[in-house]
Amino acid sequence: MTAHATSGRGGLADVPVLDVDGLLDDPETRIMVCCGAGGVGKTTTAAALGVRAAERGRRAVVLTIDPARRLAQSMGLTELDNTPRVVPGVGGEAGGELHAMMLDMKRTFDEIVEAHADEERARAILENPFYASLSAGFAGTQEYMAMEKLGQLRARDEWDLIIVDTPPSRSALDFLDAPKRLGSFLDGPFIRVLSGPAKAGGRAGMKFVHLGMAGLSMFTGALNKLLGAGLLRDVQTFVAAMDTMFGGFRTRADATYRLLQAPGTAFLVVAAPERDALREAAYFVERLAADQMPLAGLVLNRMHGSEVGLSAERALAAAENLEDGGIVDHVTGKGDLRGAGRSDVPRSDGAPPEDGSPEAHLTDPSPHAPDDSPTAHHHISSADHAGVPVSDPGDDNSDGAATTLLAAGLLRLHAERMRVLARELRTRDRFAALHPEVPVAEVAALPGDVHDLPGLRAIGARLADQPAGQAG
Amino acid sequence: MVTGKGGTGKTTVAAALALALADEGRRTLLVEVEGRQGIAQLFETQALPYEERKIAVAYGGGEVYALAIDAERALLDYLQMFYKLGSAGRALNKIGAIDFATTVAPGLRDVLLTGKACEAVRRRDRKGRRVYDAVVMDAPPTGRITRFLGVNDEVAGLAKIGPVHNQAQAVMRVLKSAETAVHLVTLLEEMPVQETVDGVAELRSAGLPVGSVVVNMTRPQLLDTAALDTAALDTAAGAAAGTGEVPVGTAEAAEAPLGAGGGARAGLAHALSRVGLGGDRPGGRADRLVEPLLRQGREYAERLALERAQRAEIDELGLPVYELGLLADGGDLAGLYALSADLRDQGVLK
Ligand SMILES: Nc1ncnc2c1ncn2[C@@H]1O[C@H](COP(=O)(O)OP(=O)(O)OP(=O)(O)O)[C@@H](O)[C@H]1O
Ligand SMILES: Nc1ncnc2c1ncn2[C@@H]1O[C@H](COP(=O)(O)OP(=O)(O)OP(=O)(O)O)[C@@H](O)[C@H]1O
Ligand SMILES: [Mg+2]
Ligand SMILES: [Mg+2]
Repeated sequence: MTAHATSGRGGLADVPVLDVDGLLDDPETRIMVCCGAGGVGKTTTAAALGVRAAERGRRAVVLTIDPARRLAQSMGLTELDNTPRVVPGVGGEAGGELHAMMLDMKRTFDEIVEAHADEERARAILENPFYASLSAGFAGTQEYMAMEKLGQLRARDEWDLIIVDTPPSRSALDFLDAPKRLGSFLDGPFIRVLSGPAKAGGRAGMKFVHLGMAGLSMFTGALNKLLGAGLLRDVQTFVAAMDTMFGGFRTRADATYRLLQAPGTAFLVVAAPERDALREAAYFVERLAADQMPLAGLVLNRMHGSEVGLSAERALAAAENLEDGGIVDHVTGKGDLRGAGRSDVPRSDGAPPEDGSPEAHLTDPSPHAPDDSPTAHHHISSADHAGVPVSDPGDDNSDGAATTLLAAGLLRLHAERMRVLARELRTRDRFAALHPEVPVAEVAALPGDVHDLPGLRAIGARLADQPAGQAG
Repeated sequence: MVTGKGGTGKTTVAAALALALADEGRRTLLVEVEGRQGIAQLFETQALPYEERKIAVAYGGGEVYALAIDAERALLDYLQMFYKLGSAGRALNKIGAIDFATTVAPGLRDVLLTGKACEAVRRRDRKGRRVYDAVVMDAPPTGRITRFLGVNDEVAGLAKIGPVHNQAQAVMRVLKSAETAVHLVTLLEEMPVQETVDGVAELRSAGLPVGSVVVNMTRPQLLDTAALDTAALDTAAGAAAGTGEVPVGTAEAAEAPLGAGGGARAGLAHALSRVGLGGDRPGGRADRLVEPLLRQGREYAERLALERAQRAEIDELGLPVYELGLLADGGDLAGLYALSADLRDQGVLK
């Protein structure tokens, strides 16, 4: 593993630091929920937290709602299914254990039906074509089932820490709305009507009287024509069969909702240090507060750092200097390189180049410049083989052209990294100014992808290892 | 249809594509279906109503319209269209029927969303010309796309007769025709690429037409391969020294000009020193810069190797591949136009 990048928390003195190990070690922490915008690293963070928790002695289970197979893959399992499976090779020494599972909506729904209805009724429900389609998980079902599953895992009491990953995209907090949506739907008069005329009495029935029965029959008539009489009949049979269970759904969803609000829960908002991602993070933070959900902090994932004590401007100037005065590479290679690099060089005017400067805006996109084509690079390497002099560092005049180019390239690379870093810090500080109360943990980007246990351990270590500050 | 893993740039690419397709006086419709107002954010305008409005003018005078489809409103539209419900429709809304239908009824929401898009595709003006030359949808992510697009098949099976059945079949005909193409946006990272590969397989087996792969946020190469080889070689030398293992390619490396790690380092220190970055003696400033600079170089090399492997996997899909560079300051409006020009230059119109 390469050395730990330091991301220099410049200007962040007042922001509390998210103490990840403190959270993981606290036996009171029973549920952690990773939410955030698409692709920021929710699944990775959830898995990394699970691994770290287990290796610090906890019995943890990671529940992913993500339909893709990513979580399984990153933990070296080929498939995850609806029952928690032990992740081999994690936590043994510390007496901990890690399990992982992926929500299977249909299985979860089936299990509920089987658990709460007698055999005959269960079969009637399971064989109903409307049910088959509903449970296969169209919009909405996923969130109900996620709540159910979380409630089930918690009720089994086999794990002392449940880590929940949330689905990509859409509004990732939809599942917070699930109980309310389910409630208002089940309380709605419509479902009563569907469950049979006998049920249309009472309060719900009264509303219909106001609407006029004409409107209602017109609607059922319309639905019948629209969907075909068969489907509406299926729906009615289904609702009738499910009727007794619906109440249970709601009770359990409400209970899970309250569980999420309880002090044993910790929400982590994951974000990338980019403008849009942090804007969404701010939305999550506000939404969680509005729902009185306990926010533990923000994970700023994939931050960059550098151990090279050199500013972007100096690095660039030095690179240009090397290229201009450097030993001539007789092939076009040198020009190519400069062309590719220069596209994102703000012309220096003495002022510290801000990334927000107009030039920075114009920097890209030029990845398709011909200089960037493999052939151009091929030129360079064949030039090397064609006999660039062997460098003799002892001799003042014989740095090879290749060394000069390498030095210039490394400097350009560094300048680029410094610009990224500066932009990330600015974005982070903007968020911190908006939400100074939110504890932050920064996670440096790994050079490669995270796809195995060592990778997850590295992320876990980075999560926990924050520069000293006010522990949050 | 533009899909992809979360955060890879679906919305951005869909918008750029709508702009590119609106080339030379054509008119396109950009549609979003997830109720997140991503298009409005991107074009820096107010939230879009459920109404097609002009949102941008493309190079050459073409127009991009935008629509945020709202399932509830779309259902009312349908009821209206088929049954002239009038105010009864609003009443239904009140008793939760519409809520029911769009939230829980099987896939009805997705049916309405795809149905509305197909309606726009087929719409013609009085002279019988298509109103839109192209409709671009910022679709749900890869994990849900096949189910989303296939929902009409399912519904056609459930509602065996009636207008919904017919409607579902008509939509499916459009979606499976050569008029439709599903484009997958990815980054050059393992998981997005994996998802793309899986997504393509799923779409293909569902009989849905796959268009292309759009590799987004690619970065220009900052170090040439020769230099990278050297940087990598240095890693190899370092690793070999540390573990006693002999990495592949060491023998060849030893003959390369900068083979000896120490020699390369001194050479680099010397070069840095020459351009005023301190002394190149061991322990001098230039000398101290070398190691961390090389480490960054190695990380970069690792990244590039990974990207190359991902590219190879994408190529294996046998689909057209477009590449969009990483905009320096995120996707703003100017950047969006640049991306659309890039798509056009790469022949997306063909
Ligand atoms: N700190 C990191 N360093 C390097 N790569 C990372 C890091 N964190 C995440 N990644 C990579 O970023 C990609 C996205 O991560 P991940 O799948 O966890 O995101 P997500 O938020 O769950 O996405 P989605 O919204 O699609 O579910 C993956 O390829 C992962 O390997
Ligand atoms: N080529 C690019 N260069 C730089 N930034 C980009 C580029 N493409 C997209 N982005 C930025 O990346 C972020 C994600 O893009 P976008 O919102 O289009 O992704 P998405 O796939 O629609 O995300 P979601 O899954 O959340 O809907 C945005 O901040 C966007 O501005
Ligand atoms: Mg995920
Ligand atoms: Mg989007």
